[in-house]
Amino acid sequence: MVAFNLPLNSRIGQGQTFKAPAGAKNIREFKIYRWNPDDGANPRTDTYQIDLDTCGPMVLDALIKIKNEVDPTLTFRRSCREGICGSCAMNIDGGNTLACLKPIEDCKGAVKISPLPHMPVVKDLVPDLSQVYAQYRSVEPWLQADSPAPPDGERLQSKEERAKIDGLWECILCFCCSTSCPSYWWNGDRYLGPAVLLQAYRWIADTRDEATGQRLDALEDPFKLYRCHTIMNCTDSCPKGLNPAKAIAEIKKLIVERAG
Amino acid sequence: MRDVRDALMVARNTDGKLVRRPLSPHLQVHRWPISMALSILHRASGCALGVGTLLMTWWLVAAAQSEEAFATAQKFMGHPFGRLLLFGWTVALFFHFCSGIRHLWMDSGRGFEKAEYDRSAWAVVGATVVLTVGTWIIALAFG
Repeated sequence: MVAFNLPLNSRIGQGQTFKAPAGAKNIREFKIYRWNPDDGANPRTDTYQIDLDTCGPMVLDALIKIKNEVDPTLTFRRSCREGICGSCAMNIDGGNTLACLKPIEDCKGAVKISPLPHMPVVKDLVPDLSQVYAQYRSVEPWLQADSPAPPDGERLQSKEERAKIDGLWECILCFCCSTSCPSYWWNGDRYLGPAVLLQAYRWIADTRDEATGQRLDALEDPFKLYRCHTIMNCTDSCPKGLNPAKAIAEIKKLIVERAG
Repeated sequence: MRDVRDALMVARNTDGKLVRRPLSPHLQVHRWPISMALSILHRASGCALGVGTLLMTWWLVAAAQSEEAFATAQKFMGHPFGRLLLFGWTVALFFHFCSGIRHLWMDSGRGFEKAEYDRSAWAVVGATVVLTVGTWIIALAFG
Protein backbone atom coordinates (compact mmCIF):
# COMPACT_ATOMS: atom_id res chain seq x y z
CA MET A 1 0.00 0.00 0.00
CA VAL A 2 1.11 3.52 -0.69
CA ALA A 3 2.10 5.40 2.48
CA PHE A 4 4.07 8.59 2.00
CA ASN A 5 4.69 9.21 5.70
CA LEU A 6 6.70 7.03 8.00
CA PRO A 7 4.81 5.20 10.79
CA LEU A 8 4.92 7.04 14.15
CA ASN A 9 7.57 4.71 15.59
CA SER A 10 9.82 5.33 12.57
CA ARG A 11 9.92 9.15 12.60
CA ILE A 12 13.47 10.34 12.95
CA GLY A 13 14.56 12.60 15.81
CA GLN A 14 17.63 14.70 16.45
CA GLY A 15 20.58 12.84 17.94
CA GLN A 16 24.00 13.68 19.33
CA THR A 17 26.90 15.47 17.68
CA PHE A 18 30.39 14.05 17.95
CA LYS A 19 32.86 16.92 17.51
CA ALA A 20 36.05 16.59 15.52
CA PRO A 21 39.29 16.45 17.54
CA ALA A 22 40.91 19.84 18.17
CA GLY A 23 43.27 20.91 15.43
CA ALA A 24 41.45 19.02 12.65
CA LYS A 25 41.47 21.11 9.47
CA ASN A 26 39.60 19.18 6.79
CA ILE A 27 36.32 18.48 8.59
CA ARG A 28 33.31 16.81 6.99
CA GLU A 29 30.04 16.06 8.75
CA PHE A 30 28.43 12.63 8.50
CA LYS A 31 24.74 12.52 9.44
CA ILE A 32 23.92 8.92 10.17
CA TYR A 33 20.62 7.16 10.89
CA ARG A 34 20.66 5.38 14.26
CA TRP A 35 18.20 2.98 15.83
CA ASN A 36 18.82 0.65 18.72
CA PRO A 37 16.23 -2.05 19.57
CA ASP A 38 17.31 -1.93 23.23
CA ASP A 39 16.66 1.72 24.13
CA GLY A 40 12.95 1.84 23.27
CA ALA A 41 13.33 5.18 21.46
CA ASN A 42 12.54 6.36 17.95
CA PRO A 43 15.32 6.46 15.34
CA ARG A 44 17.58 9.52 15.43
CA THR A 45 20.24 11.16 13.31
CA ASP A 46 23.69 11.40 14.88
CA THR A 47 26.26 13.81 13.49
CA TYR A 48 29.93 12.88 13.33
CA GLN A 49 32.59 15.43 12.44
CA ILE A 50 35.41 13.60 10.72
CA ASP A 51 38.85 14.85 9.78
CA LEU A 52 39.22 13.77 6.15
CA ASP A 53 43.01 14.24 6.33
CA THR A 54 43.17 11.12 8.49
CA CYS A 55 40.44 9.16 6.68
CA GLY A 56 40.35 6.97 3.57
CA PRO A 57 38.58 8.24 0.44
CA MET A 58 35.37 6.17 0.51
CA VAL A 59 32.25 6.52 2.65
CA LEU A 60 32.94 3.04 4.06
CA ASP A 61 36.38 4.25 5.22
CA ALA A 62 34.64 6.99 7.20
CA LEU A 63 32.13 4.53 8.71
CA ILE A 64 34.94 2.20 9.79
CA LYS A 65 36.88 5.15 11.20
CA ILE A 66 33.83 6.22 13.21
CA LYS A 67 33.33 2.69 14.55
CA ASN A 68 37.02 2.28 15.42
CA GLU A 69 37.81 5.71 16.84
CA VAL A 70 34.63 7.63 17.72
CA ASP A 71 31.58 5.47 18.44
CA PRO A 72 31.90 1.67 18.57
CA THR A 73 28.11 1.27 18.86
CA LEU A 74 27.58 2.29 15.21
CA THR A 75 26.30 -0.82 13.42
CA PHE A 76 26.57 -1.56 9.69
CA ARG A 77 27.36 -4.48 7.39
CA ARG A 78 30.60 -4.62 5.47
CA SER A 79 32.96 -7.25 4.22
CA CYS A 80 35.04 -7.05 1.05
CA ARG A 81 35.41 -3.23 0.84
CA GLU A 82 35.78 -3.48 -2.96
CA GLY A 83 32.25 -3.75 -4.38
CA ILE A 84 31.97 -7.50 -4.80
CA CYS A 85 30.15 -8.72 -1.67
CA GLY A 86 27.24 -6.26 -1.63
CA SER A 87 27.13 -6.03 2.17
CA CYS A 88 27.54 -2.27 2.62
CA ALA A 89 24.53 -1.27 0.52
CA MET A 90 22.86 1.80 2.01
CA ASN A 91 21.33 5.14 1.09
CA ILE A 92 24.07 7.75 0.82
CA ASP A 93 23.38 11.35 -0.16
CA GLY A 94 19.89 10.40 -1.39
CA GLY A 95 20.87 7.46 -3.58
CA ASN A 96 21.29 3.77 -2.87
CA THR A 97 24.81 2.52 -3.44
CA LEU A 98 27.68 0.60 -1.87
CA ALA A 99 29.52 2.61 0.79
CA CYS A 100 32.81 1.06 -0.34
CA LEU A 101 32.40 2.34 -3.92
CA LYS A 102 31.11 5.82 -3.03
CA PRO A 103 33.84 8.48 -2.80
CA ILE A 104 33.24 10.97 0.02
CA GLU A 105 34.15 13.81 -2.32
CA ASP A 106 31.20 12.92 -4.59
CA CYS A 107 28.77 13.92 -1.81
CA LYS A 108 27.62 17.51 -1.52
CA GLY A 109 27.88 19.05 1.95
CA ALA A 110 27.22 16.83 4.93
CA VAL A 111 27.17 13.14 4.01
CA LYS A 112 23.70 11.79 4.87
CA ILE A 113 23.55 8.04 5.41
CA SER A 114 20.49 5.90 6.13
CA PRO A 115 19.63 2.21 5.66
CA LEU A 116 18.25 0.87 2.36
CA PRO A 117 14.84 2.59 2.01
CA HIS A 118 11.46 1.19 3.10
CA MET A 119 12.89 -1.84 4.90
CA PRO A 120 12.51 -3.11 8.48
CA VAL A 121 15.54 -1.93 10.46
CA VAL A 122 17.47 -4.48 12.54
CA LYS A 123 19.82 -1.87 13.98
CA ASP A 124 21.30 1.42 12.69
CA LEU A 125 22.25 0.86 9.03
CA VAL A 126 21.35 -2.85 8.97
CA PRO A 127 18.05 -3.67 7.22
CA ASP A 128 16.22 -7.02 7.45
CA LEU A 129 16.64 -8.71 4.06
CA SER A 130 14.48 -11.80 4.81
CA GLN A 131 11.76 -10.68 2.40
CA VAL A 132 14.05 -10.10 -0.60
CA TYR A 133 15.88 -13.37 0.05
CA ALA A 134 12.56 -15.25 0.20
CA GLN A 135 11.52 -13.63 -3.08
CA TYR A 136 14.89 -14.57 -4.59
CA ARG A 137 14.28 -18.18 -3.50
CA SER A 138 10.86 -18.09 -5.15
CA VAL A 139 12.32 -17.67 -8.68
CA GLU A 140 14.33 -20.88 -8.25
CA PRO A 141 17.70 -19.34 -9.05
CA TRP A 142 19.50 -22.48 -10.16
CA LEU A 143 20.01 -24.33 -13.43
CA GLN A 144 17.11 -26.58 -14.35
CA ALA A 145 17.41 -29.06 -17.19
CA ASP A 146 15.78 -32.39 -18.04
CA SER A 147 18.50 -33.49 -20.41
CA PRO A 148 21.38 -35.08 -18.48
CA ALA A 149 24.72 -33.28 -18.33
CA PRO A 150 27.53 -34.81 -20.43
CA PRO A 151 29.12 -37.57 -18.33
CA ASP A 152 32.64 -36.33 -18.95
CA GLY A 153 32.37 -32.58 -18.34
CA GLU A 154 30.34 -29.37 -18.09
CA ARG A 155 27.38 -28.26 -20.20
CA LEU A 156 29.18 -26.28 -22.89
CA GLN A 157 28.14 -22.95 -24.39
CA SER A 158 29.39 -21.03 -27.41
CA LYS A 159 30.85 -17.58 -26.81
CA GLU A 160 27.66 -16.05 -28.23
CA GLU A 161 25.46 -18.11 -25.90
CA ARG A 162 27.62 -17.18 -22.94
CA ALA A 163 27.39 -13.49 -23.87
CA LYS A 164 23.62 -13.61 -23.30
CA ILE A 165 24.08 -13.57 -19.55
CA ASP A 166 26.57 -10.70 -19.56
CA GLY A 167 25.15 -7.80 -17.57
CA LEU A 168 23.16 -10.33 -15.51
CA TRP A 169 25.63 -12.66 -13.81
CA GLU A 170 27.51 -9.67 -12.34
CA CYS A 171 24.61 -8.90 -9.96
CA ILE A 172 25.84 -9.24 -6.37
CA LEU A 173 22.37 -9.09 -4.72
CA CYS A 174 23.04 -5.91 -2.75
CA PHE A 175 19.38 -4.87 -3.33
CA CYS A 176 20.24 -1.22 -3.96
CA CYS A 177 17.87 -1.40 -6.95
CA SER A 178 14.85 -3.07 -5.32
CA THR A 179 14.93 -0.70 -2.36
CA SER A 180 15.17 2.38 -4.62
CA CYS A 181 11.98 1.43 -6.47
CA PRO A 182 8.79 3.27 -5.35
CA SER A 183 6.72 0.48 -6.84
CA TYR A 184 8.61 -2.01 -4.64
CA TRP A 185 8.11 0.28 -1.63
CA TRP A 186 4.33 0.27 -2.08
CA ASN A 187 3.82 -3.27 -3.42
CA GLY A 188 6.86 -5.17 -2.18
CA ASP A 189 4.67 -7.83 -0.60
CA ARG A 190 3.71 -9.12 -4.05
CA TYR A 191 5.96 -7.35 -6.59
CA LEU A 192 9.28 -9.22 -6.87
CA GLY A 193 11.33 -6.06 -7.44
CA PRO A 194 14.16 -5.34 -9.91
CA ALA A 195 16.94 -7.38 -8.25
CA VAL A 196 14.94 -10.59 -8.12
CA LEU A 197 13.52 -10.09 -11.62
CA LEU A 198 17.02 -9.51 -13.03
CA GLN A 199 18.04 -12.77 -11.37
CA ALA A 200 14.98 -14.49 -12.81
CA TYR A 201 15.98 -13.26 -16.27
CA ARG A 202 19.53 -14.42 -15.68
CA TRP A 203 18.20 -18.03 -15.71
CA ILE A 204 15.73 -17.40 -18.52
CA ALA A 205 18.55 -16.05 -20.68
CA ASP A 206 20.89 -18.93 -19.86
CA THR A 207 20.95 -21.29 -22.86
CA ARG A 208 21.77 -24.28 -20.61
CA ASP A 209 18.54 -23.83 -18.64
CA GLU A 210 15.52 -25.74 -19.98
CA ALA A 211 12.81 -24.39 -17.67
CA THR A 212 12.15 -21.12 -19.55
CA GLY A 213 8.47 -21.93 -20.05
CA GLN A 214 7.80 -22.67 -16.40
CA ARG A 215 9.83 -19.62 -15.34
CA LEU A 216 7.74 -17.33 -17.58
CA ASP A 217 4.52 -18.99 -16.34
CA ALA A 218 5.54 -18.24 -12.77
CA LEU A 219 6.29 -14.59 -13.55
CA GLU A 220 3.19 -13.85 -15.66
CA ASP A 221 1.29 -12.15 -12.88
CA PRO A 222 -0.10 -8.63 -12.45
CA PHE A 223 1.94 -8.08 -9.31
CA LYS A 224 5.09 -10.24 -9.46
CA LEU A 225 6.25 -8.76 -12.77
CA TYR A 226 3.91 -6.05 -14.02
CA ARG A 227 4.30 -3.62 -11.11
CA CYS A 228 7.36 -2.40 -13.00
CA HIS A 229 6.34 0.99 -14.42
CA THR A 230 9.76 1.86 -15.86
CA ILE A 231 10.44 4.42 -13.14
CA MET A 232 14.15 3.64 -13.76
CA ASN A 233 15.41 4.22 -10.20
CA CYS A 234 16.81 0.67 -10.28
CA THR A 235 19.10 1.33 -13.24
CA ASP A 236 20.02 4.73 -11.80
CA SER A 237 21.15 3.19 -8.52
CA CYS A 238 22.90 -0.07 -9.49
CA PRO A 239 26.47 0.25 -8.16
CA LYS A 240 27.63 -2.39 -10.66
CA GLY A 241 26.25 -0.44 -13.64
CA LEU A 242 23.71 -3.14 -14.53
CA ASN A 243 20.27 -2.51 -16.01
CA PRO A 244 17.50 -4.33 -14.09
CA ALA A 245 14.76 -2.35 -15.86
CA LYS A 246 16.05 -3.64 -19.20
CA ALA A 247 16.03 -7.22 -17.88
CA ILE A 248 12.41 -6.79 -16.77
CA ALA A 249 11.53 -5.40 -20.21
CA GLU A 250 13.13 -8.48 -21.81
CA ILE A 251 10.95 -10.78 -19.65
CA LYS A 252 7.84 -8.82 -20.66
CA LYS A 253 8.86 -9.09 -24.32
CA LEU A 254 9.36 -12.87 -24.08
CA ILE A 255 5.89 -13.24 -22.55
CA VAL A 256 4.36 -11.24 -25.40
CA GLU A 257 6.35 -13.14 -28.04
CA ARG A 258 5.40 -16.59 -26.83
CA ALA A 259 1.72 -15.57 -26.84
CA GLY A 260 2.21 -15.23 -30.62
CA MET B 1 2.12 -1.09 6.00
CA ARG B 2 -0.74 -3.52 6.29
CA ASP B 3 0.39 -6.66 4.50
CA VAL B 4 2.59 -9.73 4.99
CA ARG B 5 5.65 -7.54 5.44
CA ASP B 6 4.25 -6.58 8.84
CA ALA B 7 5.60 -9.90 10.14
CA LEU B 8 9.13 -8.58 9.64
CA MET B 9 8.44 -5.40 11.58
CA VAL B 10 8.55 -7.30 14.87
CA ALA B 11 11.78 -8.46 16.50
CA ARG B 12 13.24 -9.32 19.88
CA ASN B 13 15.68 -7.03 21.64
CA THR B 14 18.69 -8.23 23.64
CA ASP B 15 16.50 -9.06 26.66
CA GLY B 16 14.18 -11.19 24.53
CA LYS B 17 11.37 -8.62 24.72
CA LEU B 18 9.27 -8.07 21.58
CA VAL B 19 9.89 -4.70 19.93
CA ARG B 20 8.47 -3.03 16.83
CA ARG B 21 11.12 -2.26 14.27
CA PRO B 22 11.06 1.07 12.47
CA LEU B 23 10.59 1.31 8.72
CA SER B 24 13.64 2.91 7.14
CA PRO B 25 13.06 6.34 5.51
CA HIS B 26 12.18 6.23 1.79
CA LEU B 27 10.60 9.32 0.17
CA GLN B 28 12.09 11.27 3.07
CA VAL B 29 15.65 10.60 1.93
CA HIS B 30 15.60 9.38 -1.66
CA ARG B 31 16.50 11.80 -4.43
CA TRP B 32 14.11 12.45 -7.30
CA PRO B 33 15.62 11.55 -10.67
CA ILE B 34 13.69 13.06 -13.59
CA SER B 35 12.22 9.71 -14.70
CA MET B 36 10.85 9.03 -11.20
CA ALA B 37 9.27 12.48 -11.04
CA LEU B 38 7.70 11.90 -14.48
CA SER B 39 6.31 8.52 -13.47
CA ILE B 40 4.58 9.98 -10.41
CA LEU B 41 3.34 12.98 -12.41
CA HIS B 42 1.93 10.58 -15.01
CA ARG B 43 -0.34 9.11 -12.35
CA ALA B 44 -1.21 12.48 -10.83
CA SER B 45 -2.03 13.99 -14.24
CA GLY B 46 -4.18 10.93 -15.01
CA CYS B 47 -6.23 11.57 -11.87
CA ALA B 48 -6.44 15.30 -12.64
CA LEU B 49 -7.68 14.49 -16.15
CA GLY B 50 -10.44 12.31 -14.73
CA VAL B 51 -11.70 15.17 -12.60
CA GLY B 52 -11.12 17.78 -15.30
CA THR B 53 -13.12 15.80 -17.82
CA LEU B 54 -16.18 16.30 -15.56
CA LEU B 55 -15.71 20.03 -16.17
CA MET B 56 -15.60 19.46 -19.93
CA THR B 57 -18.69 17.26 -19.74
CA TRP B 58 -20.56 19.95 -17.82
CA TRP B 59 -19.63 22.43 -20.58
CA LEU B 60 -20.94 20.12 -23.31
CA VAL B 61 -24.12 19.20 -21.40
CA ALA B 62 -24.79 22.89 -20.73
CA ALA B 63 -24.39 23.67 -24.44
CA ALA B 64 -26.95 20.97 -25.29
CA GLN B 65 -29.36 21.98 -22.51
CA SER B 66 -30.22 25.63 -22.90
CA GLU B 67 -28.89 29.07 -23.70
CA GLU B 68 -28.93 30.14 -20.05
CA ALA B 69 -27.12 27.02 -18.87
CA PHE B 70 -24.44 27.53 -21.54
CA ALA B 71 -24.09 31.20 -20.58
CA THR B 72 -23.48 30.18 -16.95
CA ALA B 73 -20.87 27.66 -18.05
CA GLN B 74 -19.23 30.19 -20.33
CA LYS B 75 -19.14 32.76 -17.54
CA PHE B 76 -17.44 30.26 -15.24
CA MET B 77 -14.88 29.27 -17.87
CA GLY B 78 -14.17 32.92 -18.63
CA HIS B 79 -13.52 33.74 -14.98
CA PRO B 80 -9.79 33.74 -14.02
CA PHE B 81 -10.40 30.72 -11.76
CA GLY B 82 -12.16 28.83 -14.56
CA ARG B 83 -9.30 29.77 -16.88
CA LEU B 84 -6.83 28.42 -14.34
CA LEU B 85 -8.73 25.11 -14.20
CA LEU B 86 -8.77 24.95 -18.00
CA PHE B 87 -5.06 25.71 -18.14
CA GLY B 88 -4.36 22.96 -15.59
CA TRP B 89 -6.47 20.57 -17.63
CA THR B 90 -4.51 21.28 -20.83
CA VAL B 91 -1.19 20.86 -19.02
CA ALA B 92 -2.38 17.53 -17.58
CA LEU B 93 -3.74 16.43 -20.96
CA PHE B 94 -0.58 17.16 -22.94
CA PHE B 95 1.72 15.85 -20.22
CA HIS B 96 -0.23 12.62 -19.84
CA PHE B 97 -0.34 12.22 -23.63
CA CYS B 98 3.41 12.75 -24.14
CA SER B 99 4.39 10.71 -21.10
CA GLY B 100 2.05 7.94 -22.24
CA ILE B 101 3.83 7.80 -25.61
CA ARG B 102 7.17 7.58 -23.76
CA HIS B 103 5.90 4.69 -21.65
CA LEU B 104 4.53 2.95 -24.76
CA TRP B 105 7.93 3.34 -26.43
CA MET B 106 9.68 1.91 -23.39
CA ASP B 107 7.16 -0.94 -23.18
CA SER B 108 8.46 -2.03 -26.58
CA GLY B 109 11.83 -2.58 -24.90
CA ARG B 110 13.53 0.54 -26.23
CA GLY B 111 15.20 3.52 -24.55
CA PHE B 112 16.50 1.74 -21.46
CA GLU B 113 19.99 3.25 -21.40
CA LYS B 114 20.42 6.09 -18.90
CA ALA B 115 21.24 8.70 -21.53
CA GLU B 116 18.18 7.61 -23.55
CA TYR B 117 15.58 7.62 -20.78
CA ASP B 118 16.86 10.92 -19.39
CA ARG B 119 16.66 12.46 -22.86
CA SER B 120 13.15 11.09 -23.51
CA ALA B 121 12.04 12.41 -20.11
CA TRP B 122 13.18 15.93 -20.88
CA ALA B 123 11.62 15.64 -24.33
CA VAL B 124 8.28 14.94 -22.63
CA VAL B 125 8.69 18.05 -20.46
CA GLY B 126 9.62 20.16 -23.50
CA ALA B 127 6.77 18.83 -25.64
CA THR B 128 4.27 19.47 -22.84
CA VAL B 129 5.38 23.10 -22.55
CA VAL B 130 5.32 23.67 -26.33
CA LEU B 131 1.90 22.02 -26.83
CA THR B 132 0.30 23.79 -23.85
CA VAL B 133 1.65 27.24 -24.66
CA GLY B 134 0.84 26.75 -28.36
CA THR B 135 -2.72 25.73 -27.61
CA TRP B 136 -3.28 28.75 -25.39
CA ILE B 137 -1.77 31.17 -27.88
CA ILE B 138 -4.18 29.85 -30.51
CA ALA B 139 -7.10 29.82 -28.06
CA LEU B 140 -6.50 33.38 -26.87
CA ALA B 141 -5.90 34.66 -30.41
CA PHE B 142 -9.21 33.26 -31.66
CA GLY B 143 -11.21 33.34 -28.41
